[in-house]
Amino acid sequence: MKMTGARILLECLKLEGVDTVFGYPGGTVINIYDELFSFKEIHHILPRHEQAGVHAADGYARATGRVGVAIATSGPGATNTVTGIATAYMDSIPLVVITGQVPTALIGNDAFQEVDIVGITRPCTKHNFLIKDVREIATIIKKAFYIARTGRPGPVLVDLPKDVQIATTEFHYPEAIELRSYKPTVEGHPKQVEKAVSLLLTAKKPVIYVGGGVISGDAAEELRALAAKLNTPVTTTLMGLGSFPEDDPLSLGLLGMHGTYYANMAVTNCDLLVAVGARFDDRVTGKIATFAPHAKIIHVDVDPTSIRKNVRVDLPIVGEVKDVLSKMLKATEEQGDKADDFRKGVGPWLAEIAGWKEKHPITYKQASTTIKPQFVIQKLRELSAPDAIVATDVGQHQMWTAQFFTFTKPRTLLSSGGLGTMGFGLPAAMGAQVAFPGRQVVAICGDGGFQMNMQELATLVQNRLPVKICILNNNFLGMVRQWQELFFDKRYSQTCMELPIDFIKLAEAFGAKGFQATKPDEVEETIKKAFETPGPVIMEFKIAREEKVLPMVPAGASLNEMVLNA
Amino acid sequence: MRHTITVLVENEFGVLSRVAGLFSGRGFNIDSLSVAPTNDESISRMTIVTRGDEQILEQISKQLNKLIDVIKVIDFTGGEAIEREMALIKVTAEDASRAEVLRIADIFRGKIIDVTPKSYTIEVTGAPAKIEAILELLRPLGLKELVRTGPVAIGRGAKGWKG
Repeated sequence: MKMTGARILLECLKLEGVDTVFGYPGGTVINIYDELFSFKEIHHILPRHEQAGVHAADGYARATGRVGVAIATSGPGATNTVTGIATAYMDSIPLVVITGQVPTALIGNDAFQEVDIVGITRPCTKHNFLIKDVREIATIIKKAFYIARTGRPGPVLVDLPKDVQIATTEFHYPEAIELRSYKPTVEGHPKQVEKAVSLLLTAKKPVIYVGGGVISGDAAEELRALAAKLNTPVTTTLMGLGSFPEDDPLSLGLLGMHGTYYANMAVTNCDLLVAVGARFDDRVTGKIATFAPHAKIIHVDVDPTSIRKNVRVDLPIVGEVKDVLSKMLKATEEQGDKADDFRKGVGPWLAEIAGWKEKHPITYKQASTTIKPQFVIQKLRELSAPDAIVATDVGQHQMWTAQFFTFTKPRTLLSSGGLGTMGFGLPAAMGAQVAFPGRQVVAICGDGGFQMNMQELATLVQNRLPVKICILNNNFLGMVRQWQELFFDKRYSQTCMELPIDFIKLAEAFGAKGFQATKPDEVEETIKKAFETPGPVIMEFKIAREEKVLPMVPAGASLNEMVLNA
Repeated sequence: MRHTITVLVENEFGVLSRVAGLFSGRGFNIDSLSVAPTNDESISRMTIVTRGDEQILEQISKQLNKLIDVIKVIDFTGGEAIEREMALIKVTAEDASRAEVLRIADIFRGKIIDVTPKSYTIEVTGAPAKIEAILELLRPLGLKELVRTGPVAIGRGAKGWKG
């Protein structure tokens, strides 16, 4: 049977198992929307901005592990997706973003709402396509999903001109796809694994350093088993939070710029570092020259370009982390006595770390009259469900969440780690809530980031998505203000958001509910009320305005040069 | 260190821009780049001359391989490959210098492909060093215009890369 290109697109999405798309209509996607009108198998969510639509698809993907799908029209619709795409690209999140394009005959003519979105997104997508023939749609959509979800995942953009959507052809969906130029390495090389385990077992002071790859690679179980077997402490990046239970005694929590004292000391003093699905970002390493100066480094990653990009590596293993970690576990078990000796040998190292933990735990000074943001985060953890999903914006509240929430399960923290996109939290939470209507989803935002995408309150209310929004309000762009305080002589240039917004009234204007806490003893009650109230709710906490995120490794300093109290 | 890298890519629109964008976006150098389809029309072959230390060259090679449209990356170093470049050189050739230009072209086995009363245009092929050498000799005589293809490279021996 012949079908239009627009219909073929929807059939392809259905066959890829897509049940939800986040999209915004417009002139060059109107044919897709016309087909969607009667296409009941795909649920469509209408955000109030294309950027939020892509963040929502991203939140959906992070929470589920599936490919998130977003649609936007050509021109401004397409350019509005760019921040969302770049956010997903930096954090290796699988997305397929479909943009409308002006008819092929008009491409290059500066037509109305024309933009070269394939050119614009080339450096921030894993790959992108412009479809010029209706007969190519099925194969290209198949390729797009395959590329997005395999190897190191990432966003793929498909640009679909209007005339191609209108043209008709027979629909055949290819069952499988093979690309001669794209063959990601899945299995870690057994010889490398063997060497890695031998090297590992010679260590006295080992540390495992884990990134988002363990979450996207579904390898949390394997990680936990290996860490337990080796009795080796684990520190995670922001993207890695949730891959290893932070209530486990072997957990060192976050490392890097706002990492724990003990994680940073452990990395600085270790004699062997096993990096798994992490890419040695500058926020993690601090000054490269003094990063893990005494350590042999084993690096496990599915992406060969991550290896030796920023730091020297003694033993690289390219492969999916799940495969490599399970092979490492097996190889360790085969070592028998040697592994047992290793476990015992680690004892003094764990004692040294325990000393650091005792000396400088992650903490803050409680106050009697003003609300400390860290206290709010702790209370949120205490009062939320164990499987609650938390999405954050970017800034101080993000770091306080990372430090104080205690993540124990993968895919429970959705945060823009690489790009650091303010405005990400609310739409990402929205996407997660669409994926899991029955789970508790909390967006933790600052007053700055929240205002970047607060229009999505409308989407929440319209779709009855009961996201609970926690605004830690200090009337500042807090993280920049903190840098200005510490490094720019308290010259608070453009970081004070003077206007006191009434967030309660704002919530009500959209048909949501809002509660506010101004004193510490109101915090618990406010959270409880918010959690008990059906539908989307804003809980606003007026927090200590000049509270800082500590510890802090100043940009470019070594990890052991932390500012502990400032 | 100077490296000559050969990249086999899908012969599709946008591929050149992906490769060029990779170099500019990551701050890698391109000294020269030449590209054309191979015997297999679905594959294009690029020859890129670049510079960098060992770590940078490793990244360039890995990053190129990471591009979805890149089929194969070969880093030719040392004597494993033969490099050839063509140059078209327009030289001032009047009175006394007319004969000298011809002699130089002859020594380098160049061909005169265009003549006017005031100039010769020479076509010369060779390893980049040979091109440099003829240019050095012609420059004092008055070099009016120069165009170089940038080197292309092929491995020595019987083994061939498909395409």
